[in-house]
Amino acid sequence: MSDQIQVKTMAEMLANGEEPEVLFWVGCAGSFDDRAKKITRSFVSILNKIDIKFAVLGTEESCTGDPAKRAGNEFLFQMQAMSNIQVLNSYGVKKIVTTCPHCFNTLKNEYPGLGGDYEVMHHTQFLTGLMSDGRLKVEGGSFKGKRITFHDPCYLGRANNEYEAPRNILAKLDSELVEMKRCKTKGLCCGAGGAQMFKEAEKGNKEVNIERTEDALEVKPDIIATGCPFCNTMMTDGVKNFEKEGSIKIFDLAELIAEAQTN
Amino acid sequence: MAIGSILFIIFLGAASFLFYRSIRKIRRNILLGRDLERTDNSSLRWKTTLRVALGQSKMVVRPVAGFLHILVYGGFVIINIEILEIIIDGVFGTHRIFSSWIGVDAYRFFINCFEILALLVLLACVVFLLRRNVVKIARFWSPEMKGWPASDANLILIAEVLLMSAFLTMDAADVLLMQTSAETLASAGLDKYAINWSGSGFTVSSLLIGLLPSDIGTLYIIERCCWWFHILGILAFLNYLAISKHLHIILAFPAVYFSNLKAKGEFDNLESVKNEVELMFDPSVDPYAAPPEPDGNAVPIAFGAKDVKDLSWKQLMDSYTCTECGRCTSECPANQTGKLLSPRKIMMDTRDRLTELGNYIDKNGLEAEDDKTLINDYITPEELWACTSCNACTEACPINLDPLSIIVDLRRYLVMEQSAAPAELNNMFTNIENNGAPWQFAQADRLNWKDE
Repeated sequence: MSDQIQVKTMAEMLANGEEPEVLFWVGCAGSFDDRAKKITRSFVSILNKIDIKFAVLGTEESCTGDPAKRAGNEFLFQMQAMSNIQVLNSYGVKKIVTTCPHCFNTLKNEYPGLGGDYEVMHHTQFLTGLMSDGRLKVEGGSFKGKRITFHDPCYLGRANNEYEAPRNILAKLDSELVEMKRCKTKGLCCGAGGAQMFKEAEKGNKEVNIERTEDALEVKPDIIATGCPFCNTMMTDGVKNFEKEGSIKIFDLAELIAEAQTN
Repeated sequence: MAIGSILFIIFLGAASFLFYRSIRKIRRNILLGRDLERTDNSSLRWKTTLRVALGQSKMVVRPVAGFLHILVYGGFVIINIEILEIIIDGVFGTHRIFSSWIGVDAYRFFINCFEILALLVLLACVVFLLRRNVVKIARFWSPEMKGWPASDANLILIAEVLLMSAFLTMDAADVLLMQTSAETLASAGLDKYAINWSGSGFTVSSLLIGLLPSDIGTLYIIERCCWWFHILGILAFLNYLAISKHLHIILAFPAVYFSNLKAKGEFDNLESVKNEVELMFDPSVDPYAAPPEPDGNAVPIAFGAKDVKDLSWKQLMDSYTCTECGRCTSECPANQTGKLLSPRKIMMDTRDRLTELGNYIDKNGLEAEDDKTLINDYITPEELWACTSCNACTEACPINLDPLSIIVDLRRYLVMEQSAAPAELNNMFTNIENNGAPWQFAQADRLNWKDE
């Protein structure tokens, strides 16, 4: 992306005596994964354009511990959680937005019991809020008439009962939302959760992401929208497996909004 | 007192006693589990119980099975009102005692309702049998359903068909007796069947009347046989519950009441780990201090679960409650793609292992430990590592059972007590420990995306 983006860290803000409206928790995928970094930059560009005063932890951010916890390494999770909570509390962070449903779930649900109480939002919830406040304006334009299907991330959907925020965003794009036969509470996992992202799958007769990609291909979408960097990877791989990467694009909702943003 | 009444009281007493003993043992087994606080927020718990258990809200997500289940469930609950009458009749040697209390017309109305329900239950059970054995719906034919679980399901359905058939046949024979003139009944020694019955018989059983003989002696025998078969069948069925998946008709209610009300994504933060990690983060702790006097009575708590005793009482209750419908397994992404994991098997294994341990304890005392464990002997690591923790299973369960929490507790044991995670996951752990990310990227590079 060629656009210049403006990002301040909490440390820089504190040094200037500033306080951000919200902390953007970037997450490991958003920080290091090449594909996810684009999502991160898209999200930041949205915030930049409408002058949302936000900050990141930058090099002070560390894994929330989610994959360790799902894999059963509660020690490592709590070590990560407590050191992150120390950092977050030292900056007096109150409100967090993140583009990763796994970070979202962990920060929102599992940190309070360890002393970290924050208002935590997934970026689709945050963007929905900005749109309904009138701060963020979008116009469908380039998405008009495009068939978009949304793949529910397990950790946003079933895990936290958020099915509407992503769909609200898609509704704003004047696109045609086509639901897969398994969606919302019945949405099939992409195969990456529970630390599966970091290991080979057990022996079986199919990869989960292939099964899920078939669901998506069935509704003949132009775009598969995701709200999770890991789902994004899995769906991208799945679409490539069917050699459909020319006709079907996988975008995070932040990228779609960035494209449609008019202010 | 008539011999019939005495026999009835003996059967009723024996069945009740045996059932009480089984339930007490199941309760003891459930309480082998660890403590867990699930009594908070009672108003939401009651609401959830009304909606999910009583109201069957999650059953109807699959409309066909859900509708048929509501018929059987509703029929079962309502028809059982008649059990009360049967018990009173049985103990006091009376005949259709309620008819003399509420009058013949009102009585006929209620029995008509029961009969219609009985017919619907019977039909639903036949459809259920066909779905399992003829249509062969996939989720009833998974590997873990071979043998006893499949027989268990069929036995339950056949028992219900037989019980309902006996109920209807009994009514048909009884109506013919009741329609017989009082004098004829008196001459046959069947005075108690003369209850001033007027008008037609019952809605459904009338259809069977043509199949019955007209001789009142034979009718009496048919009526008595069906009556005894019905009530003894119910008493036997009651005791069968304790060794069957069918126990869900009782445990579904507490299982839902005590179910997890938090966001499904929230896994509990292990207290035992928290205490240790807090110590590590506490700057006032003297690392060279002598360890505190060990408490001689304290039981060392393993991290995670290797056996049923390491699970919570709620997880153990869940295992007894599971009726093996397999909705969890049919929604599980790992199972759908051919992996070994089946959430239903996790529940079944937990119950089977708990039953085994319970029997061992009966013989060898409460503290006795055999040499088996839930992990490895029942559930293999390969099954556990296939889980994506997507919560499809907990969402699918019609009564909010939670196989995922068992999977996670077993994983915790593998990782924290045995260091037996797959090598790639160990790499991931090391990366998080060293660089604060699951991949090998330096924490110092975490903001590089800003300038790329």
